[in-house]
Amino acid sequence: MSTTQPAVAPKAVPVPSSVADRSRKAKKALTSPWASTLAVVIAVIWTVPTFGLLVTSFRPELDIRRSGWWTVFGDAFAGEGVFSLRNYESALFDSSTNLIDYFVNSFVITLPAVFIPISVALLAAYAFAWIDFKGRDFLFVAVFALQIVPIQITLIPLLSAYVDTGINGTFWPIWLSHSMFALPLAIFLLHNFMKDIPASLVEAARVDGAGHVKIFFQVMLPLLTPAIAAFGIFQFLWVWNDLLVALVMGGTNTFPLTVRVAEMAGSRGGDWHVLSAGAFISMIVPLIVFLALQRYFVRGLLAGSVKG
Amino acid sequence: MDWLLNAGDDPAHKFLLMIIAIVLFVAVMALILFVVDKPRNPSKWFIAGGFVGPALLLLAAGLLYPAIGTIVNSFQRRNSSEFVGFDNYARAFSDPAFLLVLGNTALWVLVAPALATFIGLVYAVVVDHSRFEKFAKALVFLPMAISMVGASIIWRFVYEYKPDQPGIEQTGLLNQLIVWLGGSPVQFLLERPGNTFLLMVVLIWIQTGFSMTLLSASIRAIPTDIVEAARLDGLSGFGMFWRITIPSIRPALVVVLTTIAMTTLKVFDIVRTMTAGRYGTSVVANEFYEQSFRQNNAGLGAALAVLLFIIVIPVIIYNVRQMRLAEEVR
Repeated sequence: MSTTQPAVAPKAVPVPSSVADRSRKAKKALTSPWASTLAVVIAVIWTVPTFGLLVTSFRPELDIRRSGWWTVFGDAFAGEGVFSLRNYESALFDSSTNLIDYFVNSFVITLPAVFIPISVALLAAYAFAWIDFKGRDFLFVAVFALQIVPIQITLIPLLSAYVDTGINGTFWPIWLSHSMFALPLAIFLLHNFMKDIPASLVEAARVDGAGHVKIFFQVMLPLLTPAIAAFGIFQFLWVWNDLLVALVMGGTNTFPLTVRVAEMAGSRGGDWHVLSAGAFISMIVPLIVFLALQRYFVRGLLAGSVKG
Repeated sequence: MDWLLNAGDDPAHKFLLMIIAIVLFVAVMALILFVVDKPRNPSKWFIAGGFVGPALLLLAAGLLYPAIGTIVNSFQRRNSSEFVGFDNYARAFSDPAFLLVLGNTALWVLVAPALATFIGLVYAVVVDHSRFEKFAKALVFLPMAISMVGASIIWRFVYEYKPDQPGIEQTGLLNQLIVWLGGSPVQFLLERPGNTFLLMVVLIWIQTGFSMTLLSASIRAIPTDIVEAARLDGLSGFGMFWRITIPSIRPALVVVLTTIAMTTLKVFDIVRTMTAGRYGTSVVANEFYEQSFRQNNAGLGAALAVLLFIIVIPVIIYNVRQMRLAEEVR
């Protein structure tokens, strides 16, 4: 669990190698049998565990208890393999698990917790990049430095502040907390992107009589879409996959999937039929988003940040 | 008022609240920008305040103020009633249970980042420019999208143990492999100190995609003339890797290592989901949660959080230094 990390990759943006270069290198790559074996071993270790649980999530409860998931291939060959969506059905809708409710919570938590910090950070990043006010550099360094504050250190005082105001146990403290924790990294990252926009564009708009608000909306925002997408994915993955903040700040009616699934792993650790299905229910949305927007995610990583 | 705060367990109400929160936020921001944009010749401060103000306010309330509060708390008794000096810290450094926690955390930070970086580097080099490069990278990359909770469940299933009796088959892959090789199954998560390493596997499994991506990009950025010159000098294969690749990507290696180290320091979800800190697997971040929210020992919890903060600082300073160096070189 970490809030933010000022991990700025050296500005080593990959230079696409030329086609000729590529084919020349391709000859030497993977030529050694050792290298190929190594690659395959790593790839297998990185895939098989997920695959095993995925197969398990479609098997009947009794089969899961009796035999390993790898036996399904033999069974399927003999025409005995049974697959069904029964586990997903019971994980989602049975009153003892009821993951559908937690799915709703995950969604309700995530949308504002991504939208709000990005908007606030965009405005701040604009000011740090393009408004020349006194104390700007000092403030920017201060915001940058705040990245090192681990969220653990903020939790207890924040929680008691929420209790004092009477909003604890609702969605509000979760939205607020995620928004606040995201800001240092968001401001830093978006500032870097904004700095790269040519000053001539801003100057031209200013000559045309545009104020800062107009420049922000009409010049900056359209050009920043990739940067927003890049940070948006970070923040989305971070909020959707978060356990600590939701656990500490939330209540029974606001717990997201991660909290419920982690809790099930403790209390029903042997019920692999619901656990396996539950794990995949909690993973499906981030996986889809991730695969669809991978390009932006990689760009964000290379531009200098990751949240763990 | 309560309607606006609490949605109870009604999904429709929850969605409505979510929309209200967003609309409310947009309205407030719009108002601020409108006010800022109004005057003909506003001072720079006025405009800047409108743009930076909300962020600074949130940061002060959400990070600065609570961080100071926690530091103060860490010198107080469990219910914050009176100051006890360094007692909480003394306990964290003397109680054998906490020494184990500190030792585990040190082990995590020493082993997990190094392995994740190393495997990511090796994999990046090996699959680079191969025919399946894109696919191969996606396989290792994908766990980054999976929550630590989900990843922990995936791996707990690999470590699953069934008693070693006739007629009972192992359902965990690792134990089945052991049985196939003629051994007898092991209760992996219960046995110290191996269980800590098995927990680390989950983090390494998640973080390798990160190191692979960053290192792969910086390998590609190595100027071709350097590689060419080295090749003319007769370097190839391992020699090339050791003498040219590694020195060229050193800054990126440091960034990857320190970034993963910081994530590792604060690892909580994995320990929570796998063992809940039992069987001698607890780490500082988990113990912080345990003391603060389970044992109601706010003072000790605060001390642990501050400890986490203090350990992070040198790592970050080193990281920033390396970044500077890397930029000067360019």
